[in-house]
Amino acid sequence: MIDIINFTPYSSLIGGLIIGVAVVLFFITTGRLAGISGIVSSTLEKNENKFSNLLFIIGLVLGPLVFIFFSKNDVVFKMTSSIPLIIVGGLLVGLGTKIGRGCTSGHGICGISRFSTRSILATIIFMIFAMITVFFLQLLEIS
Amino acid sequence: MYKNIFSLISGLVFGIGLTIGGMTNPSKVIAFLNITNNWDPSLIFVMGGAIAFVLPSFYLLKNKEKPIFASSFQIPSSKNINQKLILGSSMFGIGWGLIGLCPGPAISSIAFLQPLSILFIISMMSGFYLTKFIKI
Repeated sequence: MIDIINFTPYSSLIGGLIIGVAVVLFFITTGRLAGISGIVSSTLEKNENKFSNLLFIIGLVLGPLVFIFFSKNDVVFKMTSSIPLIIVGGLLVGLGTKIGRGCTSGHGICGISRFSTRSILATIIFMIFAMITVFFLQLLEIS
Repeated sequence: MYKNIFSLISGLVFGIGLTIGGMTNPSKVIAFLNITNNWDPSLIFVMGGAIAFVLPSFYLLKNKEKPIFASSFQIPSSKNINQKLILGSSMFGIGWGLIGLCPGPAISSIAFLQPLSILFIISMMSGFYLTKFIKI
């Protein structure tokens, strides 16, 4: 069954296109691919591009605030997971994106758009594992 | 100087896109990943929309010699399908499925000042750091 009530194809498509504009703008001006896991982890660990990375991160945080300010829309943020699950999930996202060298943006958007075999495979793997994880959380009623 | 200004603008535009697209709401992400029960496929349109813009743009830029405010393009050269790629992507997928936050939306969610999303970010950063002690 498809959830028709919460289905937002238009706003999601517009959001996606705007993300695409950001990726291309970043690439054409700085020469870099906007992979967020890489930007965040290298800000913590490397001096190269540190200030530029930090500004990108500040921009990411300002994004929702600017949208709320100008659109006067409420933005829903609903996270119902328990604290232990959040810690485990966060650790896995950090470890996994660093070991696999990319996340939804780096592999999923930039990599696929460059026809990178590594990124196409990575995206298929993380999507499947995420779907299986959600399936079992539901089945076992864990939150 | 301009490189820094455009980094900020790119981050800002990226964050606005994530917000409009619905990626910053973990429960929406979970509903997208929940394909067997009341599936909300909206977020396919986020990735699809982004790729629909980036793919042709990269194609048009492929002969460009250098970026506007930097000396060269930095593109990953690795083509190896290795154990690290597969293991890392699997771990990331499990973490994403557990909570519904991937790195970009996690950082943007700082804007909502929710202690739980800050906890997620600290855990994620700890994960980055812990890879120093793992040999694969």
